[in-house]
This record gives sequence, structure tokens and C-alpha cells, in this order.
Amino acid sequence: MSSATGIIDIAVMITFCALALGQTLSMVRLVLGPSYGDRILALDTMVINSLGLVVVLGIHQGVQIYFEVTLLIAMLGFVSTVALARFLLRGDIIE
Amino acid sequence: MTGQIIATYAAALSLLIGSGFIMVGVIGLLKFNDPMTRLHAPTKVGTIGIGMLLLASLLHSYAIGGSSMHELLIMAFLFVTAPVSANFIAKVNIHQRSCSTPPEPPEDDTWSTLNSPEGDVEDTASQKG
Repeated sequence: MSSATGIIDIAVMITFCALALGQTLSMVRLVLGPSYGDRILALDTMVINSLGLVVVLGIHQGVQIYFEVTLLIAMLGFVSTVALARFLLRGDIIE
Repeated sequence: MTGQIIATYAAALSLLIGSGFIMVGVIGLLKFNDPMTRLHAPTKVGTIGIGMLLLASLLHSYAIGGSSMHELLIMAFLFVTAPVSANFIAKVNIHQRSCSTPPEPPEDDTWSTLNSPEGDVEDTASQKG
């Protein structure tokens, strides 16, 4: 059992590193991005990566209470992406 | 006990697969050179990457004792909302004309990409003719 927990600790660390690198690279695209669609896409990817960070933190600590946090971040990310895209499409969010 | 050890190894494998897909998606977001092709890569982060992380969380919560099915709710929400937000970003790209126009269709016809009324098509055709 101890080798299994050691393996899952290593996997959690690798996933933390991948998610942090993903946040950094999508932040580069957020700064570079020539068009507004690229910036919205980079922000959406950053929200999804932070959701993954919260999920992996829940695995690392072995607790269940991060479920609500993850669901709230998912809903907020979707609504903010749609609001940004709709503002660029229509010039207004709620018309 | 054996099932819990198998669930722990499966959780570790799911974490590694998910981190691999996240890396591929984010590198694709950075490396592609067209806004519409750039839209293609991060959808893998949203579906397979986070789906595998949530599956790993499910398996790990089974392995440490208390089993929970909460992660399936987040997975269903993400799988429903990812195509909708990708469609909105594609509409923004078309609206801002940041994607290149498609080549001429092989037949004497129009592509069904933009919502152009028939009068405009006939006007441009008569101007060309």
C-alpha cells in the first residue's frame, strides 16, 4: 500500500507541474495574442487549468470539500467566456 | 483491499494521461499560427485533460475509503459547456474577420460559412460577371 501512495504522490507532483506550466504558457498567449478571440481562448484555458489545480489539490490533501469550489469555478468560467464573446459580438451583454 | 490498490494505480495513470493531454493542448495553443486552428487545441484540455483529472479524483476517493460520485456532475457540466464556449469564440473570430476567408468552392456555389442573404450573393456575382 505504501508503494501505491508513493506512486500517486509522484503522479500528483507531475500533474501540478504540468498545470503550472500550462498556466504560464497560456498566459504568454494571453499577452501575445493578436486578436481578441485568442485572448478569450487563453482566459478560458487558464480558468480550466485552475479548475484542474483545485481538483489535484483535493487529491493531494485527500479531502472531498473542494467539489463546490470546482463546480463554482466551472460555472463562473463558462459564464465569463460567454459574456466576453457576446460583448465582442453584439456590443452589449444583456440586451 | 486489492480493489483499492488497483484504484490507486488507476488514479495515478489517469493523472499522468490527463497531464499529458493538458501539456499537448497548451503547447498547441501557443504554437499554432492561425486563430481558428488555435481554437482546436485547448478543447482537449477542457474535455479529456480535466475529465481524466476528475476520474482520478473519483478513483482516489474510492481508494481512501469514502466513495463519491460528485465529480461526474462537474464532468457532465464541462462536457456540455465546452462546445458552447468554443462556438462563441469561433463566432467572435468570424465577426472580427481574424480568420482567413475560405478558398473558392469548386462548383458554382457558395460556402455555408456566413449568413449572407441571397441578394448579396447575386450582387457580387453580377459585379464579377
